[in-house]
Amino acid sequence: MLSALLLFAAVLGVILFLASRVRGKRSDTMIGWLYLLPVVLLLAVGLVYPGLRTVYDSFFDAQGVSFIGADNYKAIFTDGDLLSVLGNTVVWVLIVPLAATAIGLVYAILVDKSRFESFAKALVFLPMAISMVAAGVIWKFMYEYRPDQATVKQIGLINQIIVWLGGEPVQLLITDTLKLNTLLLIVVFIWIQAGFAMTILSAAIKAIPDEIVEAARLDGVNPWQMFVRITLPSVRTSVVVVLTTLAIGTLKVFDVVRTMTGGNFRTSVIANEFYSQLIRADNQGLAAALAVVLFVLVIPIIVYNIRQVRQEA
Amino acid sequence: MTVTPLTTTPDVTPVQLSAAAVAKKRLSSPWASLAAIVIAVLWTLPTFGLLLSSFRPELAIKRTGWWTFFTDPEVTLDNYRAVFDSETGISLGTYFVNSLMICIPSVLIPLSLAALAAYAFAWVNFRGKNILFIAVFALQIVPLQVTLIPLLTIFGKVGIAGTFWPLWLAHTTFALPLAIYLLHNFMREIPSGLIEAARVDGAGHVAIFFKVMLPLLAPALAAFGIFQFLWVWNDLLVALVFAGGGDAVAPITLQLANITGTRGTAWHLLASGTFVSIIVPVTVFLLLQRYFVRGLLAGSVKG
Repeated sequence: MLSALLLFAAVLGVILFLASRVRGKRSDTMIGWLYLLPVVLLLAVGLVYPGLRTVYDSFFDAQGVSFIGADNYKAIFTDGDLLSVLGNTVVWVLIVPLAATAIGLVYAILVDKSRFESFAKALVFLPMAISMVAAGVIWKFMYEYRPDQATVKQIGLINQIIVWLGGEPVQLLITDTLKLNTLLLIVVFIWIQAGFAMTILSAAIKAIPDEIVEAARLDGVNPWQMFVRITLPSVRTSVVVVLTTLAIGTLKVFDVVRTMTGGNFRTSVIANEFYSQLIRADNQGLAAALAVVLFVLVIPIIVYNIRQVRQEA
Repeated sequence: MTVTPLTTTPDVTPVQLSAAAVAKKRLSSPWASLAAIVIAVLWTLPTFGLLLSSFRPELAIKRTGWWTFFTDPEVTLDNYRAVFDSETGISLGTYFVNSLMICIPSVLIPLSLAALAAYAFAWVNFRGKNILFIAVFALQIVPLQVTLIPLLTIFGKVGIAGTFWPLWLAHTTFALPLAIYLLHNFMREIPSGLIEAARVDGAGHVAIFFKVMLPLLAPALAAFGIFQFLWVWNDLLVALVFAGGGDAVAPITLQLANITGTRGTAWHLLASGTFVSIIVPVTVFLLLQRYFVRGLLAGSVKG
């Protein structure tokens, strides 16, 4: 660690030393490029080249040796298992942003200006600070299953509730009927992300001018009208930003699936399949193609997000 | 807000109410409070259950639910001892240190590089600046996954695979586009009069950067630094790809994921291990919540 920091400090030192020596008419150009030199180098080698290279790799076979055209892409869109991966990703992206945003918005409104506001917010916000691996373990415990026996009781809360209600315990993370296990993983991600939605939307709500609220009150609007006509339109941009940001995050979800099911029992999603193909199946070409698909899916959402932010600014 | 209520009816509260508060208040308050409490409990219970379990004896965890603790309380620190013990093969201490080793340079290096670059973009006039800025901005759309395979090859060829270097370099690179963009936006808002005054006093770009910019930039740097720290500390994907082979550099998230895979039923170890891995990010979060939130609101969302 020390070596990295020392090397880095040396690089910075040289740049700043050179920058302080530059004199003359073109000094601004020299300094500008000098300041940007390490960044440009890192980005070129660490992002631009690898990105292009992955697109190129995606047209090659498992070992990256022979050119196979679009076969990897064909596999993604025709192979049964991979189609289920795509289907799961669609389910994730449809549910998570909407649910997390809705919960975040409702909660932000409910605790707004209450006496325990900051404490209440911290409770919902906390899952964001912990790793998705830890979140995965926490929820795996919630979903834990025990066969019904006299000596061993349920240790997972969800199955205990099922038993209390008179039902049979269910192997929750293995059952893929009606995509149950995928939905249960989605719950975990919503649990992690709702705090983000709440924070952004709460700030937007607080930014609504008091005059508008007061005027609406004097007009005698009911709470529902207040929500639909004042609150919601005022925070519209923030809602769009939250929805799109969550959608991008959801497309790339990996840790939760990997920790909780490893993508087994038909729960895999694109980002997890990428890792499985790369490391476990040793299929570099297919992994690259999956990464490219992910990239293509993310682009329109990000563009839309940026446009919304720009319009607001 | 200085506008006084226009009506004199006593139901007008002296406290200014926001739209949300009005909506809530009229939404038959008891139900609204109940809904808030239900959400808060649902959000806290899963973590609480595992935390409580981490202090229960192994046999108790495996045979009864954590809620029985309230009727039959038993407390032990054995689980925490076990995850640090080398005999169990978990030795979380080592991985904990690895996480710190990965995090510190992965936060400091991109932060300083981004500050320097953002300054150049914001306050130095040079040819090609706008195009370059747009290029850096656009790189935010590149998802991590797209870069991993070629980077793995590059790190192998350079001969640094299996060391901390791939992790430092990868985390640094991935952080740069967003960090530069946010710090640039922040710097642009600093009044140009300040910089011109420094110019008149004979300060060059180095002096302006250190004496004018850095002090003003402290809150933004703190916000982004915390965010980057939490992101790196909680990362699994980069760690799996670049440190998956060697325990010598694997972070605590990776080891926790491994225990989950290999000892998925050893709940006494999983519970305590999870909370050891959570201690640092949660402490950072609780102490520096304000900056964390500010970073979020500045749009510093990475994924």
